[in-house]
Amino acid sequence: MSDLSAPNKLFAKSPRIFPKRVWGRFRQIKWVAMVVLLGIYYLAPFLRWDRGEFAPDQAILIDMAHQRAYFFFIEIWPQEVFYLTGILVLAALALFFATSLFGRVWCGYACPQTVWTDLFVWVERIVQGDRAKRLKLYNAPWSLEKIWKTLLTHILWIFIGMMTGGAWVFYFNDAPTLLEQIIHFDVPWSVLGWIVALTGSTYVMAGFARDQVCKYMCPYARFQSAMFDKNTLIIGYDQERGEKRGKKKKDESWEGRGHCVDCTACVQVCPMGIDIREGLQMDCIACGLCIDACDNVMDKLELPRNLIRYDTPLQQESRKAGEPEETKLLRPRTVYYAIFLTAVAALMLYGLISRSDTELHILRDRNPLFVQLSDGTIRNGYDLKILNKSHEDKRFRLTVVGVEGAQIRVQGVGNVSVDALPVYADSIGHFRLFVTAPKPVDKRADIEFHIAPLEGGDSTDYDGVFVSGK
Amino acid sequence: MTKSTRETDQFTGTETTGHEWDGIKELDTPMPRWWLIVFYICIIWSVGYWYVYPAWPTLSGEGERGGTVGSEGWTQYSQLAESQAEIMARRATYQHDFDASSFEQIKTNEELYAFGLAGGKSAFGDNCATCHGTGGAGAPGYPNLNDDDWLWGGKLDDIYTTLRFGVRSDHDETRYSEMPAFVDMLQANEIEAIAEHVVAIASGSTSTDAAATLYADNCASCHGDTLRGLRDFGAPDLADSLWLYSGSKDEIAAQIRKPKHGMMPAWEGRLSPSTIRQLTLYVHSLGGGEE
Repeated sequence: MSDLSAPNKLFAKSPRIFPKRVWGRFRQIKWVAMVVLLGIYYLAPFLRWDRGEFAPDQAILIDMAHQRAYFFFIEIWPQEVFYLTGILVLAALALFFATSLFGRVWCGYACPQTVWTDLFVWVERIVQGDRAKRLKLYNAPWSLEKIWKTLLTHILWIFIGMMTGGAWVFYFNDAPTLLEQIIHFDVPWSVLGWIVALTGSTYVMAGFARDQVCKYMCPYARFQSAMFDKNTLIIGYDQERGEKRGKKKKDESWEGRGHCVDCTACVQVCPMGIDIREGLQMDCIACGLCIDACDNVMDKLELPRNLIRYDTPLQQESRKAGEPEETKLLRPRTVYYAIFLTAVAALMLYGLISRSDTELHILRDRNPLFVQLSDGTIRNGYDLKILNKSHEDKRFRLTVVGVEGAQIRVQGVGNVSVDALPVYADSIGHFRLFVTAPKPVDKRADIEFHIAPLEGGDSTDYDGVFVSGK
Repeated sequence: MTKSTRETDQFTGTETTGHEWDGIKELDTPMPRWWLIVFYICIIWSVGYWYVYPAWPTLSGEGERGGTVGSEGWTQYSQLAESQAEIMARRATYQHDFDASSFEQIKTNEELYAFGLAGGKSAFGDNCATCHGTGGAGAPGYPNLNDDDWLWGGKLDDIYTTLRFGVRSDHDETRYSEMPAFVDMLQANEIEAIAEHVVAIASGSTSTDAAATLYADNCASCHGDTLRGLRDFGAPDLADSLWLYSGSKDEIAAQIRKPKHGMMPAWEGRLSPSTIRQLTLYVHSLGGGEE
């Protein structure tokens, strides 16, 4: 029953974060990770992979128009989309495994949200200066300087966004051809639409949403606590050593006080805008920048490093109790994830190795179910689809087993024979098939269709039914 | 009716509408400004909409389908006509080649054959399925078009002729046959004997000499000495295992006494020559087509 006349606020505006520049080991790793990951993202579509004359030579390509996905030696047809599921399961398990071992290493170093935000902050700093200058500019009234600096920042952000969206479409089109089209401003509408959409999302996510994505949007940030235990690597502040914190006068002794001089360097560099000294919190993406910031300060003070460090809750407890620290990598959790990971990977590998380049699908006529011929024999009609997933034109010999005296005939253009059904490379052959046989004893007799390519390759079977009565 | 009393709610400072239900009063909260703005924009938008699209019915029936005409002249009917014209234009390339090619040429051309079958299938559903069934399996009295038993021939040209002129239709060149009613010409026991003879031969056994003689005297001229029928007359094959009506002795006897005669309309004049050709290819492809 507080002030009822105050307007209801449905949200609180979150404060903008201005991370300060930092040098150090983990910043170094982050720069390298950014260059490598962005390099992969931008260059991967230009990798070539020879698949013969009937298939594109782009190593990684999702060809929507022709309904094919290529990943180096893997080729996926639409009905094999479960491979994609497998890849996603694999990725999820790898993430869980990495998290149980190293904590939020994905969040801190490899997540696109982190990488692009890092890049955008870098642009911000190049144009507007470091944290103090940015803060000042942000709070300053509008001036010519503020206008051009803000404008330039946003133009550069949008440019990066365009490059991001521009690279994305290469994964769905032949990259060199599309690059030429883009240079000549001659791109299809669909491509343009994707570039615009991804430019917009990159601009909004990395320019404005930033830490909000990790805090409010990302499901992984929320449920990864399920993968945490006492041996999980987290960023930890050594309270025993740090407290009681406080500013240090020049001639003050370290005796009787903590090593934390309350310089707030760790807070100022944090891209998530948190204070790690308050302990482990959900917002922490474990990027390690606060470690670098604190180490630099400790070096200046000629104190040992690691006041803030990669730590585990167990180590923290051991230190407190004065016991030797140890980290157990081999835990039920890590073992389970490793086993699942290996199992799924093996399953996928088996699936890919044993993938047949021939597939047969048969649909029996339902209207009419069967036809009686003048000599009393029974005829069934079937729609036959032969999938030739190889990259060469093939002919297939069709045989049937299971119904005595069965004669097979293919209805079609020219002189198609069941001994040599032609199917082009990387495509589906569609045939009308008639099977005629003396009336079998069973009204629904099992019949097995078998196709074998004359040119060599995988043969395959299909179990069907031959109907001769209702 | 009581006069509604507007009072100010003490908690929100908003007026109430004066409506009251069991002591619960309804606030008359003003609409948010953004909502009103959107509302006004919609009104302005609708004016533009009326201008561009056909919107209002007119008493005079002016314009297409009796309504105002939009600035662009767009209607759903014009859109339909446009998309139909587009389909026809796309079809025209095949249509021309299809019309200029013989059945033999079409049968060796993958695209034209597919074009013919697709058109035939759709025309069959519209015109033929009523009697012959959607799968062409027929019914007693309506021939099954999937099997290999043809009254008038199963080659492409035969089917084409049957489709064009019909069977016992009102067309001058119709296929025509009529089996006489033997009820006035033969004794009942003679008819029974012939029916027995037919059943016996059809099932592969033999019958009496007397029955054979009766058959030879009365039936063989059309159905042939071996009961294999004669397509020139549309006389059914009596020795095979397929029956237009029924193969039971009683039904056969009834057919001899007073035959039922089916009728198929002539499609020439009702369907375009091209459609009839498509239908021919489709029926021929059902499985019984003869070369």
